[in-house]
Parts: sequence; structure tokens; C-alpha cells
Amino acid sequence: MKKIILLFVIALFASNFVVPGDGDKIPTATIKKLDGSKINANTFSNDGKPMIISFWATWCKPCKKELDAIAEEYETWQKETGVKLIAISIDDIRSSAKVVTDVKTKGWKYEVYLDENQDFKRAMNVNNVPHTFLINGKGEIVWSHNSYTDGDEEKLYENVKKLVKGEALSH
Amino acid sequence: MTKPYLKSSLAATFLLTFTLNPFNFFAQETNPIQDLGSSVHGNFQIDAQYYNADSLIGAPKVPEKLLSNAFGNINFIKGKFSAGVRYEAYNNVKQGFLPQYKGQGITNRFVRYQDKLFDVTVGNFYEMFGTGLTLRTYYEPGLLYDNSLDGARIISNPYKGITLKGVIGKQRYFFTVGPGIVRGVDGEININELFDSIIGASKTKFIIGGSFVSKYQSGQDPALVLPENVGCYSGRFNIIRDGFNIGAEYAYKINDPSGDNKLSYKYGDALYVTTSYAGDGYSFLFQGKRIDNMSYRSDRAESLQNLLINYLPATTKQHAYTLLALNPYATQLNGEIGFMAEAQYKIKKGTPLGGKYGVEITVNYSQAHGLQQYQVSDSAGARTFYETKWDFKELTGKKHHVDSVLRNGEYTTQDVSFNDNYRYYQDFFIEINKKFNKKVKATFMYSHQFYNRNIIQAGSLNAGYKNLNSDLFLLDITYKYKAGSAIRFETQFLLTPSKDVVTTSNGVGKGNWATGMIEWSINSNFFVAIFDQWNYGNPQTGSASFGDALFSPFRPAAADLRIHYYLLNVGYNSGPHRLALSYGKQSAGIFCVGGVCRNVPASNGLSLSLTSSF
Repeated sequence: MKKIILLFVIALFASNFVVPGDGDKIPTATIKKLDGSKINANTFSNDGKPMIISFWATWCKPCKKELDAIAEEYETWQKETGVKLIAISIDDIRSSAKVVTDVKTKGWKYEVYLDENQDFKRAMNVNNVPHTFLINGKGEIVWSHNSYTDGDEEKLYENVKKLVKGEALSH
Repeated sequence: MTKPYLKSSLAATFLLTFTLNPFNFFAQETNPIQDLGSSVHGNFQIDAQYYNADSLIGAPKVPEKLLSNAFGNINFIKGKFSAGVRYEAYNNVKQGFLPQYKGQGITNRFVRYQDKLFDVTVGNFYEMFGTGLTLRTYYEPGLLYDNSLDGARIISNPYKGITLKGVIGKQRYFFTVGPGIVRGVDGEININELFDSIIGASKTKFIIGGSFVSKYQSGQDPALVLPENVGCYSGRFNIIRDGFNIGAEYAYKINDPSGDNKLSYKYGDALYVTTSYAGDGYSFLFQGKRIDNMSYRSDRAESLQNLLINYLPATTKQHAYTLLALNPYATQLNGEIGFMAEAQYKIKKGTPLGGKYGVEITVNYSQAHGLQQYQVSDSAGARTFYETKWDFKELTGKKHHVDSVLRNGEYTTQDVSFNDNYRYYQDFFIEINKKFNKKVKATFMYSHQFYNRNIIQAGSLNAGYKNLNSDLFLLDITYKYKAGSAIRFETQFLLTPSKDVVTTSNGVGKGNWATGMIEWSINSNFFVAIFDQWNYGNPQTGSASFGDALFSPFRPAAADLRIHYYLLNVGYNSGPHRLALSYGKQSAGIFCVGGVCRNVPASNGLSLSLTSSF
């Protein structure tokens, strides 16, 4: 085991890695579409416009509140900025069948994917849901927020607009 | 120690690489992987608690006074390579977790290579075959559930629509690995992608799959010949068309005498079926399962959540509110039959009932019952175990229960109708969500629950608990008074007709409960909440005089157990960082995430939680 750690440390130093922080690409992880086919999260794109990636679960009340609140404004958001929301459910097999029934009943117009064994959640270092990421037109992760309070969606949208205008984002 | 083992798995990796290489020509670039450049990311979480002993609520004395759980992950990505390390520290582990989590160390490390054809991991990894009936390795820090495989994994997409997986390794066991070796292969075919020229455009999607898993553990029992290699295989399918979805998996396991099944040589099997239909504004969902003798661990002597290879999810509603989730169901690995049915409907906006924003209604019913079992002893009388037969009369849960006991080479059959004893859990649930205007929204819930504490908590029919029948009500109102600022009121009731029935896992709580909460989100960064959970229906109303309490160092015989559990929470969020402090009493309970549960003892004290990711 020590050797593996040593290898890891060497790899870390041998590569001239960038300082941890914003601006990295979405990591690779296989997730499932609602039609059962698989896709790599790394291939998410929105024709040079920003994307929101929101981690949620069917048993998570604040997550659903957040996505409900955004759903009411989503059409306006899309018209004004071209932003796309990608909802990643971390429900495991116990509740993942509920994802499609919840989404259809609520009438959410998001792109929805299943991360049943949480590979993408781990790759994105998400501790708890809801966790929301903002991706710029170049596909770089530029902002993230953990938890949801009523009204947080307004702040999120302020940042989407700033991103489109090329202004600095706020937390 | 792990060296020869790693070598052999690496050899297997290369072998597979070369055998599969001819397919390289046909590999389709359906998901071209971007060049990721290089990056370093991670997260960490620290949970610490200061404990006061409180004999009244059943909070034990903690000699260390302060306990903490902490972990940190670092992931490194460079092009097609990635690597990661997790460090965990328990000084000492918090109450409610297994005490073997003591100390600190590196518990997870891996290197991984991914290209369009291959995905190879050496080190710790998490994998799931199908629905997990044969194999699922999973990590949930909130429960300290980690059964990762430590070894090697290859995933390959040799041809469009085909995914092959191979794994080998030993499972994490606290700060080491378990004794058994786990090996498995899984194949999945997306028929529409495979025959895309014929049915690629079809709206109906077909996916089939199968897996085979085997574990090896040497067996040196003086009396019994234990199978050293235990195989488990399964087949599955999924058909999806628009809003319609049906999927099923059946798994079969050869004889696997273990501590869980009292060394029974019976085979095990499991069937898991899910079907749903969803249209615009409404949906139906049905999940059913029957599992029999399907505990599958890489150490046959283990128990609890340790070294489980597979995953048998509970098919009951997963509740998130305190009282509704006070007595949750946990799958009975040895055998159960159950189902859940759910209907959801959204009354449209602009209708008289729907109002300006619409109303969402959910109705859910779920149940779990024991199997009809035939108790059997071997001729020497040394072991007693059970046999089962497929019989859907089990769904009625009661009666027709027959015990047959082998004595002197002959079966004697005994009818032992235990009435409600084979009814494990039932839940009838209604939820209504309504938004009244831009500022006010409300949730109402009602649930009727039946909870068999003998089976679910104690694992024995004769543990002496009464079954709990309860009616639960919840009202949750959020008032958003300005952007980013809101006040939330929440109240819950648990009502039970029987006054002295135990209602919390440590037996202190009895009878009716009520809770009240006010949560104030000052802005999107700060929140404060006050919570009171009150066991107002406890039959022990107390006649303790001042003298009783003074002279008895332990709980006075007649102390008033109509206890208020007050809790104050303060939290701060900023981007991906979150800090939360809480002070007060918490009742004993069972905390579940993703179908795995842990028993949390009552506590009284101050706790801190810090999470962050970067």
C-alpha cells in the first residue's frame, strides 16, 4: 500500500499541476440517461452557453424546492441567457425508479441523469445534496454552492447573467 | 501481503486487454472523451461532538467527552489518468457508529486510466452490477458504510451498445480488508445501440444484462464441510418506452452457510421488479421484491453492515422528517416479500383546485412481510435453520405459518400462526404540496405505519416488544419574506392508540410524540433553528419528589419521562463550504441514507459539522 501512495505522490509532483481552484473541466464519469443508455458526464455541452449542474435526490426536500423554484423561471432564464440545467439524481436503486415519475409529474424541463452508484458525485467531490455547479461556455467549472435556502435561485441566476456578460461571480 | 494478489490482478488486466483488442476496430466513438488537462480537487468533512451524560434520555457517559469523525478526499486528474486518496480519522469514533472505526489512516487509494475502449482501476473502487443483487460496493460517509473493493477493475465497451465489466479484490473492513476474495463479471447489452441500423430509431428501448460473482474464503470448520467458493449469478432486463418503464432482475446464490442464516445449506434467491408509467402531471410506480437467504458477505461469520457484497434495497417509502423516519424499515436479509405502489398527480395551474401554482398529491402504500418458513434441524440436532418455498400467500403476511422440525430423521410439522409476527412493516402515506402565492408554500403529510420492532430492530420474534401502530401528521409552512430570507414552521405528531408501546429505538420513548420547529434563514449564508421534540404521551408521568432525584444516582424509578428534546441549530454556508453547530438533546433514532440504516443513541451536548469541497 505504501508503494501505491508513494507512486501517487510522485505522480502529483511530477506533473506540473495547476493550483486547486476554479476553471477545471467536468471530470469523466459514466451516468445513465432516463432511456437507460449511458453517457459520459465529460461530454456535457451547451453550444458555448453556460450550464447549471444540480445534484439532487428524490428523498431530499430542499433539492426539490430548489428545482421547483428554478422550474418556474426556467423559460425566462433560457430566453435571456441560453443557460441549460442538468439535474443529476444521486438516488440509488432503492429510489432511482422514482426519478422519472417525479420529473414527469412536476413537469421539469431539465436534462435529467441518474448517478446510481454516485461515481459522478464522487468525481465532483460533492458531500451533500443539494450541490449546484455553474459551468461556463468553455465547459469549465467556475462556481459551486452547497445547500438551498428559499431565494438562492435568484443569486444563482445573477451569477449566470454575470457569466454571460463576463463579470466576476459572487458567492 | 497484497503484492502477489495485485500482480495476479494486473496479469488478468493485461490478458483481458489483449483478448479484447481485436474489437478495437469496431469501437464507436459515441462518447468522445475530452482532454481534461490536469487538475486537483477534493473535499473534507469534520464532525465533532461534546457529550454530556444524561441518564434520563438514555445518553451514555462518554469517557473521552469529545468524539470526532473526519475524512478528506483528494482527486488528481491528468489527461486520461486519475488517482485519488482518502484519509479518515476517528478520535474516537462518534456514538452510534461501530467502535472498530478507531484511529486514523488511508482507507481508499486508486489509480485509474480511461479511454474510449477501456476504463481500468487499480486500488479501491465502487461498482454496481445491475440493480446490485449480486454486487454493489458503495460509500456513504454519513453512515460510515464503505464496502469498497480493493483490487482491480476493468470496464470495456468493445462494441457499440456492449459494456463488459470485470472485478477482483478484497473488501474494505474498517482499516484493513476482509478475509474473502470477491470476483465478478458483468455484461450489459443495449439492444437499440447494438442493432442501431434496425431499431436504433425505435422509441422502445431494450437493455439486457447478466452477472456472475464468486467469493472465496477458506473453510476450516471441524464439524461442517463449508463451501469455499460461493457463486451468485443473475439476469436482468429493462424495457423503456416514453413514460413507460419496466425492469426486473433475478439472482440465485448457491448454498452459503453463514452466521446470518445459521449455517443453512439452502440456496438463496432474489427477485426485484420495478415498473412505472409517467405522463405530464401524473405517474404510477410499482416496486416488488422477494428475497430469500440472500445475505452475501465476503466473510461468512460477519454481521451488521460489514463486508456485504450485494445490496438488497428496502421497497418502502423513504421518509425525511424526524417523526416519520423515527422507525424506518430495514431489509431483512434472510427473507422477506414486499412491495410499494405510488401514484402522483399534479392538479394543473389555473384550475379551481389547483389555484395559481398547482397542487401536487402523492399517495403511497408499501409493506414487507416475512416468508413462510419451515424450521429444520439436522439429525444430530446441532443446527437449526429454515426452509422456504415460493408462495405468494406470503403477501398476506399472517397465518398459514408452518414449522416442521426434523427429529430422529422424521419431520414433525407444527402450525404456528403468529398472527402479526410475520407482518414486518406497512406504511400508507399521503403528501400534499401547495404553493399559495410567491411568499407562502406548505406541505401536508399523513402516514399510517405498522412497525414490527421485534424483527426490524431486534431480529427475533421473541424480543418482547409490542408492535407499533402509529398515525403521523406533518405540516411544513415556508414564508419567504424577501429574496434569500425565509421562515419555516414545521410541526409533526406521532399518535399511537397504545400508551405504553415503545416508540424510540432505545426504549425510553413511549406513546405519543409531537415536534415543533422554527427555522429562520436570515440570508442565503446564515440560518438559525429551534427544534423541540416532545414525548408528551409517555405513560411515566413521574411522581419523583426532590428527594428521589437527590438520593438516586441513576434514573429515579418514577422520573417524569415526558421529556422535551430541545435543539438549537446555527449554520453558515458560503459556496461549497458549510459550517453547522447544534446544542441540545437528541432522542435515540435510526438514521438511514440510501437504504442503509444505523442506530443513533440519544445524546445531549454540543456538536459541530464542517464540510467543504474544492
